[in-house]
Amino acid sequence: MTLSTEAATASAPATVPLLQADDVTMRFGGLTAVNKVSMTVNEGEILGLIGPNGAGKTTFFNCLTGLYKPTEGHVRLCGVELPPKPRAVVQAGMARTFQNIRLFANMTALENVMVGRYCRTSSMAITSILHGPKYRREEAETRARAQELLDFVGLGDSTEHLARNMPYGNQRRLEIARALATDPKLVLLDEPTAGMNPLETRQASDLIFKIRDTGLAVVVIEHDMRFIFNLCDRVLCLVRGETLIVGTPNEVQSDPRVIEAYIGTGIDDDDDDDDDQDSDGHDGATNAQDEQDTP
Amino acid sequence: MMKILTVPPGVVARHGSKAWPLGLAGAGLLILGSLLSWSYDPQVLGDLSISFNPGGLQIMAIALALFAVILLLARKGPLTFLGQWADTAKGLNALATWTLLFMAMVVVAIAVEAGGLINVQPGCWVSLLGAVALFVASRLVVSRKTRDLAEALLPGWAEILVIVVIMAALLFGTAYALNVADGWVLLLFLVFATAMAIGGTRAGLMSWLGHVSLRRRRELILASFAVAFCFPLTQGGSDANMSIAAQVLVFAAAAMGLNIVVGLAGLLDLGYIAFLGAGAYVGATLSTSGFATIGWKPPFIVVILVAACFSGMLGLIIGTPTLRVNGDYLAIVTLGFGEIFRLTMFNLDGNNGPDLTHGPNGIPAIPDLIFGNFNFGDTHYLLGIPLSRFSNYYFLLLILLAFVIMVFHRLNTSRIGRGWVAIREDEKAAEAMGVNVFGLKLLAFASGAFLAGMAGAIKAHVDVSVTPDQYVFLESAFLLAAIVLGGMGTIVGVLLGAVILKLLPEKLRFFADYRLMLFGLLLVLMMRFRPEGLVASRRRQLEFHEEDEELAVRVEGDIAEEVQG
Repeated sequence: MTLSTEAATASAPATVPLLQADDVTMRFGGLTAVNKVSMTVNEGEILGLIGPNGAGKTTFFNCLTGLYKPTEGHVRLCGVELPPKPRAVVQAGMARTFQNIRLFANMTALENVMVGRYCRTSSMAITSILHGPKYRREEAETRARAQELLDFVGLGDSTEHLARNMPYGNQRRLEIARALATDPKLVLLDEPTAGMNPLETRQASDLIFKIRDTGLAVVVIEHDMRFIFNLCDRVLCLVRGETLIVGTPNEVQSDPRVIEAYIGTGIDDDDDDDDDQDSDGHDGATNAQDEQDTP
Repeated sequence: MMKILTVPPGVVARHGSKAWPLGLAGAGLLILGSLLSWSYDPQVLGDLSISFNPGGLQIMAIALALFAVILLLARKGPLTFLGQWADTAKGLNALATWTLLFMAMVVVAIAVEAGGLINVQPGCWVSLLGAVALFVASRLVVSRKTRDLAEALLPGWAEILVIVVIMAALLFGTAYALNVADGWVLLLFLVFATAMAIGGTRAGLMSWLGHVSLRRRRELILASFAVAFCFPLTQGGSDANMSIAAQVLVFAAAAMGLNIVVGLAGLLDLGYIAFLGAGAYVGATLSTSGFATIGWKPPFIVVILVAACFSGMLGLIIGTPTLRVNGDYLAIVTLGFGEIFRLTMFNLDGNNGPDLTHGPNGIPAIPDLIFGNFNFGDTHYLLGIPLSRFSNYYFLLLILLAFVIMVFHRLNTSRIGRGWVAIREDEKAAEAMGVNVFGLKLLAFASGAFLAGMAGAIKAHVDVSVTPDQYVFLESAFLLAAIVLGGMGTIVGVLLGAVILKLLPEKLRFFADYRLMLFGLLLVLMMRFRPEGLVASRRRQLEFHEEDEELAVRVEGDIAEEVQG
């Protein structure tokens, strides 16, 4: 625990970090899915979040983005405390994608991205009904910006395609475009390359670099180690809901505890097996929670 | 209906060449028979007893035959240019099936009404024979490959002409149907209309019209309203049908308001009639009726706004606590609210509280509206045609309906509409993308209530009196049924559903006792076979058919065309 805090403060610049999560804890009944995890993200940084299945990565994401209300701890964006409400979080400038793609399947690609613009536009009922010049200007701007973002992620030709008809890789891209449409300062990507082939994975990392180059910070959850270590400036490893290590890819890669968490030591077998089952239990519980929250 | 009596392919191959002459002969017989006398008794089914002076049903039979001839000539003959676009085989199949049904029902109707088959004249038998021949011929024709209808372009004036002709046919059809007093004739007319519509749809006419309407949306809307405005002129000052028409419009306006809640925001509201009732009660208590309980008598334009705002406020008050619950729970809460409203109106009679509504007696004798010198109660003349009291209200209600449709459409296509779709698709993801889920649900609830309040204020004057028993749960259920039947989230569908649900019970009195049972049956069948409603909203259709990849691809093509057009 102490190590991780030190690492975080050491690499942070003197100014206020973009995102600062302090001692975030999430308990579901007796189960502690996330235990006192702290994380800082600086501007223009790509941070990787790794950990074995059930380590609490997605739960931690949900705590950051307000889908869950953390049992303890604070999340600050640019020094301002974020309320645990998804909408307020997006408004403040943090957008996310989902592990299992959650696009609006029966809307076109363009419409999906236009929904992302919702929180940055303001015309309400009366304006929409009156169809005044302000309304039309805003609609045109929304459309133009959405098209621009689709071009940015490489979907410029699929504007009018229904999300559900798009190939898997493009759906991932579309979800990123939708997140970018909210004009975020920080994007959280939950397993952006899950189920992709090596070529698509390479394209995805190109896209993430491209997003970083526009000045945004990116946090990525991923299982693909090569992908993560090539991509990220820093990596945070979670195991059983606790921070194991934060550091540069090289530091994390060579840390024996990380290797142990993923592969196991193979000597004190009894103990380890139990732990493995435990972590599996975590996974099941968090998933169950996920499903419960989804109506 | 398509699947009825499919002929083995061997037979089709052997006798296929005979289909064309047989079909023409059948159509010819049908026309010939229709020109002859059908029945001995001049009293039944309009007068069908005079040769070479066809009555209503005979004209319908001739129209069916002519349609069949057009389809046949499109296969081979002078109209082959039509044949390359239209799927004549499918069209003929459906048309002939329904024509046969029509003729068979005519025979039954004459036998039942006039007392025995003896009253059926040879002309009718000839027509029936023609229909049978046509039916057999239609089974022997084979479908041919057709070209994409999106490429079927007519000159602009011709497309507009087609729209005008179809609108005129609709107007005269409706006017005719409303003036029919005989239940059998009306039923036969409905079979006739279905035959024409299904024949046209199967032949590809409807999809072509779909393409045309994409290109000529403005003309189509103008034509629809022109037709609606012309309707009272066809009634010659009679109030009988206009009173029904006014009721249909009130019902349609309310259904369209509910469509915002149910169709767009995807919330199930079972107490919506309460908002209509709230509007009506405000309209009544602020009217100049001697029984009105509030002394303030503002002009009607103020009353309608007060009624709308009152209803809207009620919507907000009900919505704020209840919209936090989902799905079934919301339905139960709104159901309860509807009943609370009715009982409150029932009990505000001076005994149990302040005397606002006169309880079960309601507020009677609400006077007609007067705009300047225009008294809605008087008969006015336009081009020498008398327009009675209900016609006047009909025009007012038509303006209201146009307003409601405009609000619906503009909300649907705006940022707010996108938010509603996102909420229906995936509420969690919508919230995570910054959509104000609760606010948008509340907005749908309140705007639906607002529009119902406006309709209610006018309804109070149309109905002359307002009582609690006009606003029972059954009315909410009917409004909902109109939306589900017509097609959630669509404009045309919900209008159609409202007309069907309000008009049919009025005209088909003989099944009044069974109407609830029949509507229930109809809804169950709809849910099983076409859950998206008669007129499907593209998006709803996709939602109801998550697995249907073909549909998704087709819809995508439509979207692309729309964007280009």
